[in-house]
Amino acid sequence: MSFDDDAYGALTDHDDDSRWAYGTGFADPMAGVPTAVPDDVDRADLAAYCLMLGDDVLVMSHRLQQWVTRAPELEDELALANIGLDLLGQARLLLTRAGEAEGAGRDEDALAYLRDPAGFRNVRLAERADADFAYLLARLLVFSCWRLPLLDRLVASRDPVLAAIGAKGVKEVTYHREYAAQWVVRLGDGTDLSHRRMQAAIDAVLPTAGELFRPHEVESRLAAAGVAVDPAALRPEFDEAITQVLDAATLSAPAGGEVSGGEMAGRAGRGRDGIHGPELTEILAEMQELARALPGGVW
Amino acid sequence: MTASAGERVFAETIEKDQRVEPRDWMPEGYRKTMIRQIAQHAHSEIIGMQPEGAWITRAPSLRRKAILLAKVQDEAGHGLYLYSAAETLGADRGDLTRRLIEGRQKYSSIFNYPTLTFADVGVIGWLVDGAAICNQVPLCRSSYGPYARAMIRICKEESFHQRQGYELLMTMMSGTPAQREMVQDATNRWWWPSLMMFGPPDADSPNSAQSMAWKIKRHSNDELRQRFVDMTVPQAEALGVTLPDPALRWNAERGQHDFGEIDWDEFKRVISGGGPLNAERIAHRRRADEEGAWVREAAAAHAAKRAEARA
Repeated sequence: MSFDDDAYGALTDHDDDSRWAYGTGFADPMAGVPTAVPDDVDRADLAAYCLMLGDDVLVMSHRLQQWVTRAPELEDELALANIGLDLLGQARLLLTRAGEAEGAGRDEDALAYLRDPAGFRNVRLAERADADFAYLLARLLVFSCWRLPLLDRLVASRDPVLAAIGAKGVKEVTYHREYAAQWVVRLGDGTDLSHRRMQAAIDAVLPTAGELFRPHEVESRLAAAGVAVDPAALRPEFDEAITQVLDAATLSAPAGGEVSGGEMAGRAGRGRDGIHGPELTEILAEMQELARALPGGVW
Repeated sequence: MTASAGERVFAETIEKDQRVEPRDWMPEGYRKTMIRQIAQHAHSEIIGMQPEGAWITRAPSLRRKAILLAKVQDEAGHGLYLYSAAETLGADRGDLTRRLIEGRQKYSSIFNYPTLTFADVGVIGWLVDGAAICNQVPLCRSSYGPYARAMIRICKEESFHQRQGYELLMTMMSGTPAQREMVQDATNRWWWPSLMMFGPPDADSPNSAQSMAWKIKRHSNDELRQRFVDMTVPQAEALGVTLPDPALRWNAERGQHDFGEIDWDEFKRVISGGGPLNAERIAHRRRADEEGAWVREAAAAHAAKRAEARA
């Protein structure tokens, strides 16, 4: 049926999917992936680990959502929404897996909407508010340069679901890192003003990156069992990527010089232990407001 | 080609229902009309991101959040390729954006109404996108090639948007009494503004005749409005909501629905800037543009340095 004959008819003709721009037959990256938790894997640890990784991307995605309608250019509206969507998709898979491993009947929404800040296990980097576009890009660069090698290693996880999430995420985060790196270079090498702002953002964000590489005991136990990634192992790749981008951008690492050595986050308390700043409280107040206001609502 | 030869080819192209392409000769009036129409459409997509965009961070489930984020992203994409279509006529995106934020070019007035509850997200998909589809489907055969081709893709995505909105409302109607009330309330608020999206009545539509002759436009405002009413009434019944118009009834003689008189005073008020959120929508767009200026300048400076290094 053509659009011109009958708009309404064309809309309700559900048998023909060819009219959708992207098709509706998306390949499900989780199709055929066995969901049974391997017998020798500690379910509580697996649930805790999935929450850590899931909360990272749920909260990071929220910050990206806050940029919608505020991007400096239309192409960036599309890119930032796209990155936010990718991370949200990863969060949904990880929270769902956390609920499965926990076995208490909590689904992705129960975990996203009905936990308080102290229950969240995301790294503090994900929750920080963005003072400007440079700050967002500094966070996105640091996040992606850490996350990409993490996902890459996760592909070898003994948990088949985490392995599949890793494989899906590698493709996505490769693009996120590229996008962030290109902008950091443009801003670093752009005008005097953009250089100053980009350097200030790097100076503010990079010293907080230390938390990304200090393993939580759950991560250590699961890494030993071949399920999780030991974050300490990600440091060399992270340092190399960041150094390369900073060089191309004519930016310098913050005073002290060590790219990923910052311990500021350590002093402030760790997100992996459920210790967060007021920023996460604000994020959750916004995210959870409606879901909590109408108990029993179906969406 | 001389102007008169060009004129002949243009007239023939229109006559034979073929497409006018960017490099073809065209009357200045046609070019101006196309730029104005495409720019208004692009502005509407970009301003239209705001009312729904405000709910992304508050969406009550992660599935709805993903759908809404994807939808608002689609709207940015529509804006992008519509601005590109306008650029094929010699317009400049930055200049069009300035015209928008200085209030010199219009966008669809529907986006000057507030989104008070999450049901508004569903009703915007169902009614506002539904009305947009009725308006836009005939534009897939519009005489200007780049616009017509952009509209095909846009209509496909809009029909997806309408479907998600309707599906959200169906789901909410199966929920709690408070949710059903939200759906009815949102329907009440958006019904009349949706009917206004088709523009003034035919008798009072100054640009329509020339646009019809140029085959930029294919159906009159009133024809399209009627089509929308006729397609929406059964949808409202299936949903279980009442459309807020006591005069709305089937007219067997006409084979169409009769409906009540639109408040054209409100229409004029909102079009000329007096809607609930006109100032806020433009201020938001201006703020984003101004706050992004240093970023765009940096990108241009970097590109210039690169070009210089290569030369």
